[in-house]
Amino acid sequence: MFKLSNPTGSDLARMLKGGVIMDVVTAEQAKIAEAAGACAVMALERVPSDIRSQGGVARMSDPKMIAEIQKAVSIPVMAKVRIGHTAEARILEALKVDFIDESEVLTPADPFAHVDKRGFKIPFVCGATNLGEALRRIEEGASMIRTKGEAGTGNVVEAVRHLKLIQQEIAGLKEMEENGILEWWMETERVSKDIVKEVMKTKRLPVVTFVAGGIATPADAALLMELGAEGVFVGSGIFKSKNPKKMAAAIVQATTHFKNPKKILEISMGLGEAMPGLEIATLGTKMQERGW
Amino acid sequence: MNREPTIGVLAFQGDFAEHLDVLRSLNVSAIEVRALDDLAKVDGLIIPGGESTVIARFLKETGVGEEIVRRAGRAEKAGRAKGQKGKSAKGIINNDESGSTDPRLFDANHRPLFIYGTCAGAIVLAKEATGKNAPKPLGLIDVTIDRNAYGTQVDSFETEILIDRTEGKRAKRQKGKTSAERIAVAFIRAPKITRVGKGVEILAKHKGLPVLVRQGNVLAGTFHPEVRGERRVHEMFLRLIAGR
Repeated sequence: MFKLSNPTGSDLARMLKGGVIMDVVTAEQAKIAEAAGACAVMALERVPSDIRSQGGVARMSDPKMIAEIQKAVSIPVMAKVRIGHTAEARILEALKVDFIDESEVLTPADPFAHVDKRGFKIPFVCGATNLGEALRRIEEGASMIRTKGEAGTGNVVEAVRHLKLIQQEIAGLKEMEENGILEWWMETERVSKDIVKEVMKTKRLPVVTFVAGGIATPADAALLMELGAEGVFVGSGIFKSKNPKKMAAAIVQATTHFKNPKKILEISMGLGEAMPGLEIATLGTKMQERGW
Repeated sequence: MNREPTIGVLAFQGDFAEHLDVLRSLNVSAIEVRALDDLAKVDGLIIPGGESTVIARFLKETGVGEEIVRRAGRAEKAGRAKGQKGKSAKGIINNDESGSTDPRLFDANHRPLFIYGTCAGAIVLAKEATGKNAPKPLGLIDVTIDRNAYGTQVDSFETEILIDRTEGKRAKRQKGKTSAERIAVAFIRAPKITRVGKGVEILAKHKGLPVLVRQGNVLAGTFHPEVRGERRVHEMFLRLIAGR
C-alpha cells in the first residue's frame, strides 16, 4: 500500500489550498504579499524573469535574506533549492523554513538525481510536467506538486499544458491497464505499482497539486482553478507588474472566487499593466526541461 | 430541529475539501460558503484550517464575517432562552425567536447559526488573538488564542487526543461510564489556547492545554481531525446543532 513519507508535511500543503503563494525578494515585498492575502511566500533573491534575463548560475538565496522574511511575516515561508542539492536543503531545514521548493528555476546541481526528500522533517514541493514525473517526486518524498509551467514568461500556456497532461494521464491509467501496457509504463516512468494503484483508486495525485509558471493575471489564476488546480504560485507576475499591491490582491480574489465571473470582472478593472510576457518558442532556456 | 440541517464549509482558503469529505461521509448535506447567499442556506458553518490572515481578510471583504456574528449571536440568545425557561430572563428571551412555528425560522437568515472552527478557524472565532500579525477575530468564543504558538512547520505533529463524546457536563451525570475516546489528529503550525473564559467548556486537552473548547453554539479546536478522516468531532458538532 502507498504511504506518504511526511504526513504532517502533506497536511500543511492541504492548509495552503485555495490560496496564492507569492515570490518575494525582500521583507517589504513579503509584507505586501501577506497584507494582500497570500497564503505563503516564496523567499528568493531574484524572481524567475530576472534569473532569465540576467543569466548565470542561480543558487539558493542568502539565508540572511530568508531569515528577514521569516521575521517579517506570520504566514508560511518557502524557499528554493537547486535540483538535487541536498546540502542546500539541509541549510534551509536548519533555518526552519516551512516548505522547501526543489526548483527548476534554479540551476540544477545534480545531473542524475533529485534530493531524497524522505529523510527531512520539512516538506518539499516539486515541479512536474506530467504524471510520471509527479509520481517520481512523490515517491522521493515530495509533499506537494506544482506544475512547472514556464517560469518567468508571464505566459500561462505551459502551466495549462502540464496540469491537463497530468489529469489526462491519470484518466488514461485504466485504459493502459486494460491494454496490458501499464507495467511497461511504470517501468519506463520509474514509478511503483503501489502509487499507481493509489492514483487509479482516488483518480488524483496523492498530494496537493498547485499550478506555477507563467501566471500573470487574475484571469490566469481563475482559468487554472477552473481546470482543477488546488492553488496557485505566482512568481514574477506580482512584483513585475505595474501595481503589485493591486495585482496581488486581485489574484488572491480570483483564486477564491474563480467560479464567479462577475467578481473577476470587477477585480480585473484598471489593474494596470501585467508583467511583460515572453513567447515560449523564442526562449533559449526552457526551465521546464530541467529535472529527471 | 425537525429537519436535516445543511452544513456549510467556509471555502475562502484552506482545507475546506477535507471537511466536506468528512460531512459527506456522514451523509450530511454540505455546501461551500464563499458569499452571503451561501451562508443564508446553512444551519451550521465550519471554518477550516488555512491561513487566518487570509480567511479574516475575506470574512471582512465579503460581509460574511459580520453576518456570522449576527446569526451566531441570535443562536446564543435562543439557546439561553431555552435553558432559562420560566426564569423570565429579561432582555434575553426574544419573542421573535421563540417557538418553532415562527415561519421566519424557515428563512435561513433568521435561523440561529452553529459554528465549528479548526486551527485558523478557531483563531478567527476567538475573542482575542495574539502573536505576530494576528488578524482581528470575530469574538464569538471567550478564549485568547496564540497564533503559531508551537513554532514553524518543523514543530507540527501528529498525535492522539482524548475527546469526551458526551460533551463534558452530561458525562458527569452518568457516573462510572467512561465516555472518553481516543482520536488521531494533526497539529499543523497550530495555535495555543492561552486563556479560557468562564462560560467556556473544555472538551479536550493535550499536554495540559485546552485544544477543544465550546461556548454555546460555538465549537473551536486547535487541531485537525479532518486530515485523518476522523469524524467524531464533526459528529459532536452535528449533535450540538440537533440539540441532543
